[in-house]
Amino acid sequence: MSLLELKTVSKRFGGLMAVDNMSFAVEKGEILGLIGPNGAGKTTIFNLINGYFPPTAGAIFLNGERIDGSKPHVVCRRGLARTFQVVKPLARLTVLENVMASAFCRTDKREQAHAMALDATAFTEMDAWRDRPAGSLPLGMRKRLEMARALATRPELLLLDENFAGLNPAEVEKTIEIVKKIHGSGITILIIEHNMRVIMAISHRLLCINYGEKIAEGTPREVADNQQVIDAYLGVASA
Amino acid sequence: MVKKAFLAGIPLALLVLFPLAIKNPYVLHLLIMSLLWILLGQSWNLLGGYTGQVSFGHAAFFGVGAYTSAILVKSGLSPAAAWSGLLLGGIMAALLASVIGWICFRLRGPYFALSVLALSEVLRLVAVNWKQLTNGAEGILYIPAFTSKAYYYWIILALAAVCFGVIRVVMRSKLGFYFLSIREDQDCAESLGIDTTKYKLYSLLISAFFTGVAGSFYMNYLGFIDPGIVFSVHDISVMMILVTMLGGVATMWGPAVGAVLYILVSELFRVWVKSGHLIFFGVLIIVIIIFFPQGIVGTINQWRSGRRQRRAAVPKQEAA
Repeated sequence: MSLLELKTVSKRFGGLMAVDNMSFAVEKGEILGLIGPNGAGKTTIFNLINGYFPPTAGAIFLNGERIDGSKPHVVCRRGLARTFQVVKPLARLTVLENVMASAFCRTDKREQAHAMALDATAFTEMDAWRDRPAGSLPLGMRKRLEMARALATRPELLLLDENFAGLNPAEVEKTIEIVKKIHGSGITILIIEHNMRVIMAISHRLLCINYGEKIAEGTPREVADNQQVIDAYLGVASA
Repeated sequence: MVKKAFLAGIPLALLVLFPLAIKNPYVLHLLIMSLLWILLGQSWNLLGGYTGQVSFGHAAFFGVGAYTSAILVKSGLSPAAAWSGLLLGGIMAALLASVIGWICFRLRGPYFALSVLALSEVLRLVAVNWKQLTNGAEGILYIPAFTSKAYYYWIILALAAVCFGVIRVVMRSKLGFYFLSIREDQDCAESLGIDTTKYKLYSLLISAFFTGVAGSFYMNYLGFIDPGIVFSVHDISVMMILVTMLGGVATMWGPAVGAVLYILVSELFRVWVKSGHLIFFGVLIIVIIIFFPQGIVGTINQWRSGRRQRRAAVPKQEAA
């Protein structure tokens, strides 16, 4: 049984078919990369999985149980955490308080949430920033806070939405290291990323979509060599 | 910890002993009204300040609490027994809150703020027209239970202290973290496993309960209410917001500072300029909002945390 499975999922916004008859699965223990040109529907897929809005048609399964139609807080408690492409820090709380708020997902005790938050900030190497208000963080750290917070909910599956965008090369390296460390701790990862060097380096499998439809799936090499994928990114040469 | 409790105990003990030293009823009255407004400000602050769900109609809960007590007395209970209305008033207000919250909190945006405003106006009209129950616009009058103001002082002091303590405990627990998360970003809160509809409702229930208790106390203390007083938009609903803003929204001591200033300033000018005295409180509010939008306590907190941050070294951008 796959950890996450989408079966013929569609999402329509008025006249726009944002996601069209999409089926794919995420296997336990893998890092699956989700790529596609701007507007292809990647974040919409995340929003469908995490329950931000329900699909127009189709079904989504987590560990064999249907989760489509459930609210995000329910999906989170079932073991699925996500980060946001447009970061959402709880601006007036400190970094540690941000992470504590999410650790309360798994405990009712303050001391325990505090300990879990210390763990998650240490794991993402944010120790030095713990007491800063989240609203005062530079972008790189905001992106990392998204990860720390998601981790503190103790997920089985983590959805990363463009956590590398806007980072400088040193931060990119650091984040690759952290993502690998997260994966090493036994968490399955589904990641959206535009940085091809990054996604080729960390994904086990790649899924490429365009106009809401799957156009290729396979190892990073196979997908990168796929003619449809090249056309989608570079356009078709006119004769 | 023991030392801290001891230090907090001294001012509280002084407050408790105060009526034994000062017997002037006018001074006691001002203190009672200040404490009542502290209770009201705290209640509004929990929902509007910490949880970010602004209410323009808390008079609905205040009025329901007041009328619960008043109707108890009117139905023949002795004034002393009417004190049971204190608890019952809070419960009735919370019941009402659970209905309006259950309906409105699935939505985001101004729906709750405006629905509650409408609710308080509807209740005012009901109180005016349902004469068998409420005596309509004539209001309900009865002789208060105690002649000495000291008893009222102790009761409202205890209520304000309990409310303060409850909010302090709540804000340090999971519940408090959830309230703050909801205020900061509801989408984010949802994705972190927080049932935002449920926790907004919890915040409202606590807030409405204490507002109802305050309304019930008001009835017991002043011995007279009518619909225009207790369901008043400007004297109750809006004043609860202003008192909190003046002192500092989402701060522990803000509502207390705001409430004391409100009572002092309005009394001072009432004695001095007679009618129109509330204009001066209005001017004070405008000045505070323009120059210290965080309120008095909020501004002081900001100063202090600013100084602490300047002293602490800013973490270095890490090397890869």
